[in-house]
Amino acid sequence: MNFLLYPLTMVTFFPLLGVLVLLFLKPEQKNAARWTALITSLITFGISIAVLAQFDRTNPDLQLVINLPWIQVAGWNIAFHMGVDGLSILLVLLTTFLTPISILSTWTAVEDRVKDFMLFFLLLEVGMVGVFVSLDLFLFYIFWEFTLVPMYFLIGIWGGPNRMYAAIKFFLYTMAGSILMLLAVLWLGIQGGTFSVPELVAQDNIPANLQTWLFLAFAAAFAIKVPMWPLHSWLPDAHVEAPTAGSVILAGVLLKMGTYGFLRFNLPLFPQAAVQLAPLMGVLAVIGIIYGAAVSYAQQDVKKLVAYSSVSHLGFVMLGLFALNPQGIQGGILQMINHGLSTGALFLIVGMIYERRHTRDMDAFGGLWKIMPVYGALTLIVTLSSMGLPGLNGFVGEFTILLGAWEAGQVGGPFGSYWYAGLAAIGVILAAVYMLYMFQKVFLGPVDKDENRSLKDLNWREIVTLAPLLVFIFWIGLYPRPFFELMAPSVDKLVQILQTAALAIR
Amino acid sequence: MATELIIWLIPLPPLLAFFIITLLTTRSKALSHTIAVGAALLSWLGSMVVFFRAIQVEHFGEHPFVSSIPWLATGDTYFRIGVQIDPLSAASLFFVAWTVLMIFIYSVGYHNYGQPEGDHDLPGLPPHGATVKDAHGHEHRVLSVEPMYSRFFAFIGLFAFGMYTLVVSDNLLTLFVGWEIMGLCSYLLIGFWYGKPSARAAMIKAFLTTRVGDVFMLLGLAYLYSQTGTLNYREIFYNAETLHMLAEHSSGFLGLSAAALIGILLFIGTVGKSAQFPLHVWLPDAMEGPTPVSAMIHAATMVSAGVYMVIRIFPLLSAGAEHAATPAMLVMSIIGAFTALFAATIAVAQDDIKRVLAYSTISQLGYMVAALGIGAYVAAAFHLITHAFFKALLFLGSGSVIHGMEHGVLHTGNHSVDPQNMKNMGGLRHKMPITFWTFLVGGFALSGFPLVTAGFWSKDEILADAWGHGHYVVFGTLALAALLTAFYTMRQITMTFLGEPRTEEAKHAHETPWTMTFPLVVLAVFAVGAGWVGIPEHFPVIGGLVPNWFHEFVGGTLLEHPEAVEFNIIPLLTSLVVALGGLYAGWLAYRNYSQSRVDAAEKALGGLYHLPRHKYYFDELYDRIFIKPAIWLAESFTSAWMDRGVIDGFLHWVAYITGRIGNFFRDAIDKPIVNGLADKLADTMKWLGRVFPPVIQTGRVQQYMIMALVSLAAFSALFYYLLVMTP
Repeated sequence: MNFLLYPLTMVTFFPLLGVLVLLFLKPEQKNAARWTALITSLITFGISIAVLAQFDRTNPDLQLVINLPWIQVAGWNIAFHMGVDGLSILLVLLTTFLTPISILSTWTAVEDRVKDFMLFFLLLEVGMVGVFVSLDLFLFYIFWEFTLVPMYFLIGIWGGPNRMYAAIKFFLYTMAGSILMLLAVLWLGIQGGTFSVPELVAQDNIPANLQTWLFLAFAAAFAIKVPMWPLHSWLPDAHVEAPTAGSVILAGVLLKMGTYGFLRFNLPLFPQAAVQLAPLMGVLAVIGIIYGAAVSYAQQDVKKLVAYSSVSHLGFVMLGLFALNPQGIQGGILQMINHGLSTGALFLIVGMIYERRHTRDMDAFGGLWKIMPVYGALTLIVTLSSMGLPGLNGFVGEFTILLGAWEAGQVGGPFGSYWYAGLAAIGVILAAVYMLYMFQKVFLGPVDKDENRSLKDLNWREIVTLAPLLVFIFWIGLYPRPFFELMAPSVDKLVQILQTAALAIR
Repeated sequence: MATELIIWLIPLPPLLAFFIITLLTTRSKALSHTIAVGAALLSWLGSMVVFFRAIQVEHFGEHPFVSSIPWLATGDTYFRIGVQIDPLSAASLFFVAWTVLMIFIYSVGYHNYGQPEGDHDLPGLPPHGATVKDAHGHEHRVLSVEPMYSRFFAFIGLFAFGMYTLVVSDNLLTLFVGWEIMGLCSYLLIGFWYGKPSARAAMIKAFLTTRVGDVFMLLGLAYLYSQTGTLNYREIFYNAETLHMLAEHSSGFLGLSAAALIGILLFIGTVGKSAQFPLHVWLPDAMEGPTPVSAMIHAATMVSAGVYMVIRIFPLLSAGAEHAATPAMLVMSIIGAFTALFAATIAVAQDDIKRVLAYSTISQLGYMVAALGIGAYVAAAFHLITHAFFKALLFLGSGSVIHGMEHGVLHTGNHSVDPQNMKNMGGLRHKMPITFWTFLVGGFALSGFPLVTAGFWSKDEILADAWGHGHYVVFGTLALAALLTAFYTMRQITMTFLGEPRTEEAKHAHETPWTMTFPLVVLAVFAVGAGWVGIPEHFPVIGGLVPNWFHEFVGGTLLEHPEAVEFNIIPLLTSLVVALGGLYAGWLAYRNYSQSRVDAAEKALGGLYHLPRHKYYFDELYDRIFIKPAIWLAESFTSAWMDRGVIDGFLHWVAYITGRIGNFFRDAIDKPIVNGLADKLADTMKWLGRVFPPVIQTGRVQQYMIMALVSLAAFSALFYYLLVMTP
């Protein structure tokens, strides 16, 4: 039992306590279920803050490490190995931060089987945090697959009309990618005699040609999760059908598991392959940026628009990561957080109007700013944050990524051409296009639909749901330094590995 | 208070006003405008203190006011942000503070503070007027107060914050922050009356067009940063070593040096923001906003910001230009001169009083850009400042005219009369004397009326520079544009104020309240006086009476103090001729104008008239070649064909094939073989079950016993064999 008292095991497994309480509730005790889940997730958030308090931001190495032998048969060295560093601490915090917000958003939106819903939600949190703190490939893989199950049920039970199609597409697609990763994990674990990521990184003895294959095997799983073009088509379906809280977590955290995977495994484990494949990843990222934006513009359904915009934003993250320099990677990590905040908020906003009107078709609205001024103003802020207006969070991330991508575009850099940054910048224009058209169609203009006249503005619970996100949207936009400080030493360490590899190739 | 602290504080009051108004005082109109104007006044006060402290410092360019803090981590270093006031920003601060304050005060009157609420006014639409009963029980239609009065003051507060931030910044990144905040505010304010479809279209057009430029600028910033590791003005533009490095380093793109490529990328930002060809299309449509907003955008803030930025980066643009102009400067002089002339021709053919001014702004900005292109650094800055004053004056004056006309429209009740169309005006000088005289001052300044007006001195300096450095093509183009400027300005003044009223509405126009006329008077003073600080030393007769202070002061911003161009009579004569000639021709052509007569310009141009009239069809062209294809690309190609068709189609195909394979296995193997065998086995069992019971299940206990015994024996033998016999 002692191992449960480590900070990281606490933050990972604490939601299970809530699950335990939920099991003893009757299905009709809806409010009790809600409060149990909310309080549990808030305490989990508190624990994650305690983790942050113990985190030494000047230390580039893994911290708060637990390493206990777990499964040791036939030369397999599987350990219960957890730790955080600058690459993961923010994502852990993002997860524990978004979970209570999502739970709060379901207060009146979910009326059906509340207890089960909350149960799956807390289980999902366990899986997500586990993914971000695992340092053992096997343990990571277990958490990685585990997150699929609650999400599958969240979409499949509480989703929209086409939920089964979406849930199955989501499950099978992600599964398919994970199989290749599993093969690579097994190969690494058996060949290296350990499943521990830091040890494998330290060994640094995988031949270059093998690195490429292993890189691709891991990339298959992560690229689907991110999702990178052209493997993205599960995302809009899953988003549109998922309940609001599910969408928030899906966009806010689950997608980040993919980008995080690249960061934690692909870059340090296969650095030579990363350097060699950076142009390919960059091209896919840029296509994703422009493609996602273009498709967003064509959507009638607000939620679908937001979903496709994720493809575009995550393209930015990938571009930053594969610039393989400090600016790009730091920007990429920050943009993961930004996307979680902004897109999370956008999904909440869509959910709020859906709860009122039971439609998300842009043509069904118009002039809402007049009827719901608070809602309109908050939406505008989030919209602007999402399209990267300076002073708000999105800009800081995008700009840092562009700096990185430009630097990587110099002769001899990972991209070797300025076109990567140049074309990605088009995405910045397009983001303004689809976001502003959405805002115009929904919020401006005359109120020409009678159904909209009597809509009520946001209530206190809804404002409280959005407020924490807005605080961070402004904070990161105005003073991003603390966030960069958390990640900088670890990123520098990673970049050194990559630079050594780049030298080895030449 | 320490000067640096004041500089940090200058942008804050309008920002606070924005938050206080939106969060607390939206319900109280009086409180809202008091807070907003009060905030503008505080910023103005701070700016004046800083300005007057700045001009007392000896060699201010070498010792500017600076202060900074670390902000953004980029890699292993921190990006520092801070404030800096050097001669250029001090001069800019001066004009921004004055124009912003005047526009704020003017807005109180423009939005009809003190008037009753409208009868049918809705938020998002301009006020339509209210009905009041006087003491005798007669009903009158009067102007009604703006329904979103408080919101307006909140937004212009944010706008002012953006501009102040831009001016006091010490680096290009926070400049960009202010730049984009203004982009947002222009979006919100152009679309302030978002109930109108035209306003909605204009707001998006403005934001997106400027954003096209912004993105190039962003790339330019990225490139600059990756080359130098900083975006701080002094570390780049006041550092000969850095500039030399940038000019020598090849960008590997079209043979340009890094300095040239960065310069051009940044300049494209200005093309968007300052509405230069080919990104000029948004500015005329931006007239959809309330008139104080137009003044804000055209004079005090947004478009000036674009020019301010290129003036700021001038050392970079001109880096490596010892003998010939750099590619970046060449691009600027071509685009600037072309825009100056091109927009002036359009202005001649417009009837909307604000649209004429809009094209005139584009044209004048072209002047400044061209001036920089030929290296006339001080002249460009000088024209930026004088233009801000007289263009703010002209916009506010035109708003006053429109306001007076609206009064007439409400009086007659004929709402089909467009209060902005100059054809419906005439003779307003008697009805609106203050507006008339101040507008005349502004118009003459714009035309460059000799000696008295500020516009003359700044424009003359640009022309003198162009001539003096042998840029004859630029000189000719700009002179022609100046002629057209004087012509359309006089056309505007004549059609609006001179002659007799052409409509009933114009007869019943009314002078506007003091909150609107007071700013006009103040700005008129600057439209005249602002020129006297920059009179060339060798100007005949009056040159040297007042020292050319502006040149000395602003020139100090550069590392090498620019030489004042030598005096030459030809450019002076040219500017006299074009200004006076244009004014006279405009008066001559339009003094007898009436609605029944064909417009003089139309008569003169004949079949070509429709080109400038329809802005050379650029809106239509862009719609064809950019917007429609982009929409097709997004909706039909990418979304419908690629995403739903190809990618999802492929997935569904995989699913279908998997299903088919499954079915094949089921039909060909599972059902006949696996199931078949199992069924056969079951059938056999059944058959056995039917056949055997009559034989063995006879019901006789003895027979059962025997069978049990036999079985036992058989199994025993088998076990014995297996366990004992086999080793």
